[in-house]
Amino acid sequence: MTDPAIVVDDLTKRYGARPVVDGLTFSVSRGEVFTLLGPNGAGKTTTVEIVEGYRTADGGSVRVLGTDPGTGGRNLKARVGLMLQGGGGIYPQARPDEILRLYANFHAGGRGPQKLIDLVGLRTSARTPYRRLSGGEKQRLALAVALVGDPEVLILDEPTAGMDPEGRAATRTLIAELRGTGVAILLTTHDLADVERLADHVALIDHGRLVAAGSPDELASSASPRLRFRLPHPLEVADREELSGTLLDGAPGSLTDEGGGRYRLDGVTAEPDVLARLARWSAERGLLIAELTTGRGSLEERYLELVAGAEGEPGAPRGEADA
Amino acid sequence: MSAPATAWRSTLAQTGMELRLTARRGENVLVIIVLPVVVLLFFASTSIVPVTAGRPVDFLLPGVLALAVISTSLVNLGIATAYERYYGVLKLLGGSPLPRAGLIGAKMLAVLVVEIVQFAVLFAVALAFLGWRPPAGSGTALVVVGLLLGTLAFAGIGLAMAGSLRAEATLAGANGLFLALLLLGGIVVPLDQLPAAVAAVARLLPASALSDLLRIALGSSAGDFTPPLVLLAVWAIGASALAILTFRWE
Repeated sequence: MTDPAIVVDDLTKRYGARPVVDGLTFSVSRGEVFTLLGPNGAGKTTTVEIVEGYRTADGGSVRVLGTDPGTGGRNLKARVGLMLQGGGGIYPQARPDEILRLYANFHAGGRGPQKLIDLVGLRTSARTPYRRLSGGEKQRLALAVALVGDPEVLILDEPTAGMDPEGRAATRTLIAELRGTGVAILLTTHDLADVERLADHVALIDHGRLVAAGSPDELASSASPRLRFRLPHPLEVADREELSGTLLDGAPGSLTDEGGGRYRLDGVTAEPDVLARLARWSAERGLLIAELTTGRGSLEERYLELVAGAEGEPGAPRGEADA
Repeated sequence: MSAPATAWRSTLAQTGMELRLTARRGENVLVIIVLPVVVLLFFASTSIVPVTAGRPVDFLLPGVLALAVISTSLVNLGIATAYERYYGVLKLLGGSPLPRAGLIGAKMLAVLVVEIVQFAVLFAVALAFLGWRPPAGSGTALVVVGLLLGTLAFAGIGLAMAGSLRAEATLAGANGLFLALLLLGGIVVPLDQLPAAVAAVARLLPASALSDLLRIALGSSAGDFTPPLVLLAVWAIGASALAILTFRWE
């Protein structure tokens, strides 16, 4: 039982000639939240749909609880809970309590509808038809459906999308609790807050390829340290260009105006000589540097770095792979 | 460790859901109960339909029973399934331990339950208001065989549309077929009243086969039941095979 619950090895999927998933390898252990992060069209949904058994791989292998999800059948499906994008897949006319009772009848044991309704906080709308639920309520019902069979593996496609902040927080707490009970959780997101607050491991994918992987902290700390500073007033365009040239000293990069006299230097790490040039330039003009930070980048900065960095690589144009 | 429920329990739960949703959708009740009853009462109480022998109800009741089968297994099943595919309902069910055969079985069981209710209502209306009496020696077995084969034929057509066309196209197509079969399927208009060329084609329709078969079974038409029975069986096999071969779950 110590084997990873999900093992994806060199997974490849093409739509026509276009590779949508391109040599992806990762594994998800029990009691772990593994996040697939990436822009729209990166191949996240295609990847989870192969893990869910909806699609077949063109290359590589996928094992869920030691079984091929394409041929695992009912016994495997009973042990895997899944949630489709947008909380979809539920009869518009059906009520939450009915849907949960229906899915409970597909499992030998399973959690009762009432418990699940309380768990995801749908008590006041338990008898409201699905089509009249709010977007966040639909998502929570879909999550409850995924939990009916007390799954060992949970696969969630953008579980917090479309939720209000309160719903997002409640959902993250619930997912963290499930991890605590030993469930292996694979989720996709493009919300970095999900990654920061939930993920044990994150795989950043773009154009179907793994761009970076690790814990959220590891990923964030791999971002280059950046120089940020605030001057007493915004610079004239000519002055800013002069400063930019001084700081970059021929290196490719840019000085970004963040407003209110705040500036961020991109493309060059905050080495001591860069700081010295900034200090000399402002001293010559009698400008006081009000704030100065060289902190290491955030997850967001690293994400943007990596995704933008992959943009210029040869590869297929971005498409509707997540559709 | 989580385990699947027995296939039977899953299938029966799904059948219950299908039936509840059918009863809840007003447009379904309209097309499967109200419409056939109105067609039966209206045409039986007017002399629009030129019936050469016997009373109008003897001709109309078997036709409207065929119409009831069409409304449930083609129109209602086809449109509901098309929208379930569109909304991802079939996809999510496909990821659950309910077997695919269980889902199809549940849909067919629900269709048969609805058809039994339709038949009961239509027979009751004919008995109570139209003076219809079951003729001596009417073939109950033949009615049941007709019901089953007709259901397979029309459900096959409905599911073939639902599994390959867009939901809106299935909605329009199923309603169009309903109207076409109502007029050309020997349901309210005897085929010999149609222009000869049209009648020749109409005779090959599954609706004509089913209404002919039910007319023989209910004693309102003499003749050999073999030709309509064979024609209906061919439709049942052909349409089911088409549905199985073309159905896409997403």
